[in-house]
Amino acid sequence: MADQIHSTKLQDKVERSVFTMFLMLAVLLSVGGLVEIVPLFFLDDTMEHNKRPEIVWQRQAGQTLADWKAGDGVRPYTALELAGRDVYTREGCYTCHSQMIRPFRDEKERYGHYSLASESMYDHPFQWGSKRTGPDLARVGGKYSDAWHAQHLRAPRSVVPESVMPNYPWLDNNKVDGTRMAKRMRAMKALGVPYTEDDIAAASAVTGKSEMQAVIAYLQVLGTMVKFEEGVDYRE
Amino acid sequence: MEATQAEQKYNFEVVRWFSIMAVVYLVVGTLVGVLVASQLAWPVLNFDMAELSFGRLRPLHTNAVIFAFGGCVLMATAFYSVQRTCGVRLWSDKMAWFTFWGWNVIIVLAVITLPLGLTQGKEYAELEWPIDLLIAVVWLSYSFNFAMTIAKRKTSHIYVSNWFFLGMMVMITYLHVVNSLAIPVELFKSYSVFSGVQDAMIQWWWGHNAVGFYLTAGFLGIMYYFVPKQAGRPVFSYRLSVIHFWALMFGYVWLGAHHLQYTALPDWTGSLGAAVSLAMIIPSWGGAINGMMTLSGAWDKLRTDYILRFLIMSLAFYAMSTFEGPVMSAKTVNALSHYTDWTVGHVHSGALGWVAMVGAGALYHMVEKLWNTRMYSAALVNLHFWMATIGTVIYITAMWVSGIMQGLMWRDYDEFGTLTYTFAESVAAMHPYYAMRAIGGLIFWAGGVVMLYNVVMTVRQAVGQRSSSAAAATA
Repeated sequence: MADQIHSTKLQDKVERSVFTMFLMLAVLLSVGGLVEIVPLFFLDDTMEHNKRPEIVWQRQAGQTLADWKAGDGVRPYTALELAGRDVYTREGCYTCHSQMIRPFRDEKERYGHYSLASESMYDHPFQWGSKRTGPDLARVGGKYSDAWHAQHLRAPRSVVPESVMPNYPWLDNNKVDGTRMAKRMRAMKALGVPYTEDDIAAASAVTGKSEMQAVIAYLQVLGTMVKFEEGVDYRE
Repeated sequence: MEATQAEQKYNFEVVRWFSIMAVVYLVVGTLVGVLVASQLAWPVLNFDMAELSFGRLRPLHTNAVIFAFGGCVLMATAFYSVQRTCGVRLWSDKMAWFTFWGWNVIIVLAVITLPLGLTQGKEYAELEWPIDLLIAVVWLSYSFNFAMTIAKRKTSHIYVSNWFFLGMMVMITYLHVVNSLAIPVELFKSYSVFSGVQDAMIQWWWGHNAVGFYLTAGFLGIMYYFVPKQAGRPVFSYRLSVIHFWALMFGYVWLGAHHLQYTALPDWTGSLGAAVSLAMIIPSWGGAINGMMTLSGAWDKLRTDYILRFLIMSLAFYAMSTFEGPVMSAKTVNALSHYTDWTVGHVHSGALGWVAMVGAGALYHMVEKLWNTRMYSAALVNLHFWMATIGTVIYITAMWVSGIMQGLMWRDYDEFGTLTYTFAESVAAMHPYYAMRAIGGLIFWAGGVVMLYNVVMTVRQAVGQRSSSAAAATA
């Protein structure tokens, strides 16, 4: 009975040896991921700035992040913005807000131009999100004043009565630490984010600012980096 | 006596502890779920406290139900069924206890760090790097012990449930290691080594396969052992199990990309993910049919065996949500459903209806075997069954309505060609459904409390009987 083959020779062999089964699985289970993930690191089409270099900020020698102006192209976050982004991640904002606009008519009117892959090239980790309990934030930068954001973060329902967002009163009390941010920027640099030594040195200036100021700085830069041209298909 | 022989032959003690903890975590994890669901309906429940705010507790909820409850169920059932199907004791008792304590330490660390906001910011992989390292070590100890137990088995062939567990162990190792690659900056702060579009693809390769392997392949392993055992019938079709096993193993890995359709992920990747997703209905239903048809000729047992009810109802939910999944991955549907509550509903029809129900059925089965007794109250098992079923149905119905309504409101245009609704109006329209969802979740949670009570009473009774009969024997 035990010697009888009920299926194919191969299947029978696999069922008799845990090591063979392990090997079969190890190979089979790697295929899908290899095919879908590895090319994304190598295919030029993945990142739009390979065809349109102007999407990314072309920094001249000696320029600092302060020399960048809105629309100049994708750049690394300043120390304060990065501090704000860290707070954004810490508070789990991504559980309710996406940062990824799809190429639909209604999303264009509601949120703006569809998002590009190059726009999040310095985002470790990405914050595209998967759920819109609140609106998309990919292009929220510049849409509201700093004062509105502060009021909204402290007490969302005081400006948007329908909102179900929590209040974030502690952001006013928590302070940002410049030395800590310099260390974090160095880690980002090690991952390939093009920070200069001047950028990292400038981090000391953020010491003492509140997390509220940091989050607002981050929100205000979202979606303002790239200047989109009418009629251009960035995903051709 | 057969039970005492089995007791000496197998390591049941570690399985008992995993089983008890699974029931405890079911109650805890779903309680946090009820709280976060209520916060969306009544934001005052955030209490203006950082540690209790939605954004921090939602990851705690997902981690608690997936890794604490799901993990303990998988470890209890895998360690139980591998011993029974191989006819040998676990390869290493010490390693099994290391797995038990290690996994519970991880859960405690998650309960501490997530409310403190210590997170990597990747969904279902929030835990920071030191905990990730610990997870890798404990997971490998679990997998290695399991594989070595199979290696020393007394049977000629490896039983089908063990194939599924093994597939899960290999894949989760891949996923966890790659997706968690990060550069540590502080003890509890790190940045993903990947960024933007690549990070997104890797995250959803992980995200969907945490579902596909942890919550599907592993739980199919549970189904293949416990459904035939509880029904007292052999698996319906061996051939079907071979075909759907390999198809599922090969195919599931590809699906993650369907979470990123119409995003900045290249179109080829999302479309490939969607195409394979559609095909996945075949292996998924292969498993559901194989489980359900195992009952053919014994359907009458459903009338009297409440544990079997859990197992079979879970397969119905499994078939339903594995039909819904491919539908939602089709691009036209995804354009509407993505970013809405429909996704949340879909996840819960799988998580509550399939994972938790098949898990509960397996746990009830094991409690009776491990303590060599019957459940303290069969009526309470039945009550739990109905609470779980009704709670799940209320939950997913609320999310279907709210999800589709959201999708339609966001894209609606009036006669002048302008957007009909502001975003805030869509939020306000969700309120009744969020309240309804919280009620459905509350009923499901209360069912879990009933289970915990029943299990505790069963164990107390069994232990009491054992010590009194031992006393009688010595007297």
